[in-house]
Parts: sequence; C-alpha cells; structure tokens
Amino acid sequence: MGRQIIEAKNISMKYNLASEKIDNIKEYFVKRIKGNISYDILWALKGVNFRMEAGESVALIGLNGSGKSTFLKILAGVLEPTEGEVWRGGTLAPLIELGAGFDIDLTARENVWLNGAILGHSRAVMREHYEEIVEFSGLKKFMDTPLKNFSSGMLARLAFSVMTFGTPDILIVDEVLSVGDFTFQEKCKERIRRMRENGTAILLVSHSMEQVREICTRAVWLEKGIIRRDGPCQEVTEEYLLRGEG
Amino acid sequence: MREFWKFKALLFELVLRDIKIKYRRSVLGVLWTVLNPLLMMTVLYLVFSRLFRFDIDNYAIYILSGQVIFNYYQSATTDAMMAILGNASLIKKVYLPKYMLVLAKILSGAVNLAASFLALTAVMALTGGRPGLTLFFAVIPFSCLIVFSFGAGLFLAAVTVRFRDILHLYSVFCTVLFYLTPVIYPFSILPDYMRKVVYYNPVTGMTDIFREIVMGGSAPDPGRTLYCVLAALLMLGIGAAVFKRRQKWFILDM
Repeated sequence: MGRQIIEAKNISMKYNLASEKIDNIKEYFVKRIKGNISYDILWALKGVNFRMEAGESVALIGLNGSGKSTFLKILAGVLEPTEGEVWRGGTLAPLIELGAGFDIDLTARENVWLNGAILGHSRAVMREHYEEIVEFSGLKKFMDTPLKNFSSGMLARLAFSVMTFGTPDILIVDEVLSVGDFTFQEKCKERIRRMRENGTAILLVSHSMEQVREICTRAVWLEKGIIRRDGPCQEVTEEYLLRGEG
Repeated sequence: MREFWKFKALLFELVLRDIKIKYRRSVLGVLWTVLNPLLMMTVLYLVFSRLFRFDIDNYAIYILSGQVIFNYYQSATTDAMMAILGNASLIKKVYLPKYMLVLAKILSGAVNLAASFLALTAVMALTGGRPGLTLFFAVIPFSCLIVFSFGAGLFLAAVTVRFRDILHLYSVFCTVLFYLTPVIYPFSILPDYMRKVVYYNPVTGMTDIFREIVMGGSAPDPGRTLYCVLAALLMLGIGAAVFKRRQKWFILDM
C-alpha cells in the first residue's frame, strides 16, 4: 500500500439544465412570479467513491456523457461537487484542456509565464524551469512570436510543455494526448512514463483503449454517473469493450 | 490567505498582461500610460480654464482632480465587472482563486490611476501651482478608492454572471453617479434636498479628501477620511460576501 494521494468521498454532481436559459432579470422575475422556473435535473455523478495512491496510474473510461470530465474537474478543484468531499495530498497538474489560459495576443514567452502563474507556480519556480519548458516544446525559435501566429500543433506543444514540467504529485490528463505530430506524441508519452517513474500519480481519460493499456495499470469504468467497475486495467477494458453500449 | 501567496505571481502576470496588451504595437508603448492622461488633461485644462467656469478658484484643477477619482472608479469597476465572464473559458478548465481575476483588473486600473495622478501634478506644476510634499497624502484617498472599487467590482462581477442585464444597467448607473458626484460642479450649487445624497455618496467623500490634498495642500479632514475608510471597508465586505456565496455557481451559469 502506497501513500494515499487523492480521495473523493461520495461525490454527487447535479446540473440544472434550465429548459430555457434564464440570464436576465425580467425573465427571472416573470418566471419567479409565475412559479415555473423549470429545470431539467441531471445527476452527472451519483455517489462516486474514489481513491488513488501515490505513483498509481489510473484510467477513467466510459461512454460520452458518463461523467468522466465532470469527475476530473471535481478532482482538479475546478467544479465544486453538489455533495461529497475531495481531499488532495499534493500538487496537481491539470491537463484538462491544452492552452486554456493562453492569451493569443501575447508572445509564447509571455504565455509561458502567464500560464505558469495560472497553475500557481511562483516566479522563482518558473525561472528555474523556463529553459526546460522551452527545450521540451522544441519551439525555441518562436518564443518571441505572438501566439496568434502559431499553428494549432505548435500551440499544443507549448501548452503541454508548460503544463507538465517538473514532477507534480498528480497529473490529470483529459483526452489531450492525440495532439501534435507523432514525434511530439512520442515525447509526451515518454514524459508521462518518466513522471510515473518519479512517483507522479496519473489519472487519464481516454477513448483509446490501446493508450489506456499502455499507460495505466488500473481502470475505472464510469457509466451514467456511477462506477460500474474498478479493477486491473486489462480486465476492465476488455469488459468495457465487450459490453460498451449495453 | 495561503492561497493568496501561492497565486501572487498570477496577480502580477495578469496585471502585466493588461498593460502590455493595451499598448502593444504602439511606438511609444507603456509611455502612453502617462502620456494619455496628460494629453486629455491638457485639453480639458484649456477648455475649462478659458471657456466654462463656475465660481471656483482654479476650476481646471478642480475638474481634473475630480476626474482622476471618478474615472478610476468607473473604468476599474467596469473592467472588473467583466473579469469573470471574460475569462469563462479559463475558469472552466483550471482551478484558480477567482477573485484574483477581479483584483487584477482593479490593480491594472490602479497603475493608470497613478499615471493620471502623475499627469495631474505635471499640469499643476506647468500652470503655476507648486505641488508639495503634502501630495503624498493622496495615498489615503487612493487606497480608499481602490478598496471601495474592489468591493464594487466583486459584487458586479458576481451578479453579472447571473444576470447579463447588469452590463447595460451599470453604464446608466455610472452616468447617474457621475452627476451625483461633484466632479464638474461645485457642491454649493446643489439644492438642499440633493446635498445629503451627494454628500454621503462615498465617491464624493474620496473626491473631497483628494481635492483637499491637491488643491488645499493640507492633510485631509479626519472625519471625512474616516467616512471614506468605513465606506470602502463596507463595500469590500458586501462585495466579498456576495462573491463568495455566488462563486461556486459561476461555472454552471456561464
């Protein structure tokens, strides 16, 4: 048994899909008075319990709309669950969307600093790792180019490099590994492998079972907001592929 | 609080970004921060020292000092109002303390406030005034103003996420507030029934103590200063409370 690094207890998440989106005061009061603010309620997650140990690599699999992304966002602290609690015992690098914090008017260099800050790194930490980030992205020549002139592949390279430098305790990856050309993809996988060796716990969402098996040892299968199976990667993915739609 | 220290680099980067982007691709760059208010003030000075005048000594400086305060309030709160909505895509993807986005707008406004103040002292010096050391007292009204605007900004940012109407209403509100603040007119022209309203408007308070420092060359009146401090803290309290209560719905409402 390793050290526990993340624990989610009894997580539920409710979305109010307002049948018509109310975002102005008049509508709000009209509806309020009529008493018919109607919501379609959707429970994206229902009482999910999950824990992870340091150095573990876990895949989160499931069909579209099964609650995977919601769950990742709750673990990353982006969303607050309707019920339940999340405990995190270390630093977390959320690769939920590449380049979420990028500003296309700034140069690549400035974006590296901005993004580092968004992820909560101090300037000292960034100074220390700046060269490493640039090196890994392979974009040294373009660091003074504004991002609006970058291709999407270059953007992805830069984003991946900024978001995964150092050795975070937990790395959360949401279907972003299919970016860049194959050489960069290999580099990404290599980096994830290295992080895992250094003790980073990895939580991966992917629809590619091949990738899941390559990276993870354990898989959690979410179905309609409930954990359907949690076990060794090979077994769970096989069952998932067999029963997928059923 | 520990979170604040962890993310202080973020605050710095956000403010830096605002300033950089504003003057990107202009030849004079950041110089515009000072040049812009200086030119605006020169125009206003020429207009108001010759054309219109109330019975006020140095009417031009009166107007300029009022504008420094009011313009900051208006632009900082308007920017802050959009801080959450404008960063929707970011907030949905990464965890960060959301009030930081509001605070960054307030602080990048403060950089412009300082620049305007510099421009104002320059205009005063050029027109025969003698800016003295008492000008350092300006820190007092400025701090009140910044804290007050931060509170208002938090409140506005939180409610606009729910009701976009506020975006449109607020510019009207600011126009009303402008006329409820003695920026272009002297307090003495007000009819009795308006005096109370204008007097207790916190922005008036801050304008008053700022003018006392700039035009009177003295330390501000303690009672009036206390009123400003209390108003600022109260606004911050309200803004922070509303923001805190609403922030977990932001993602779902955007």
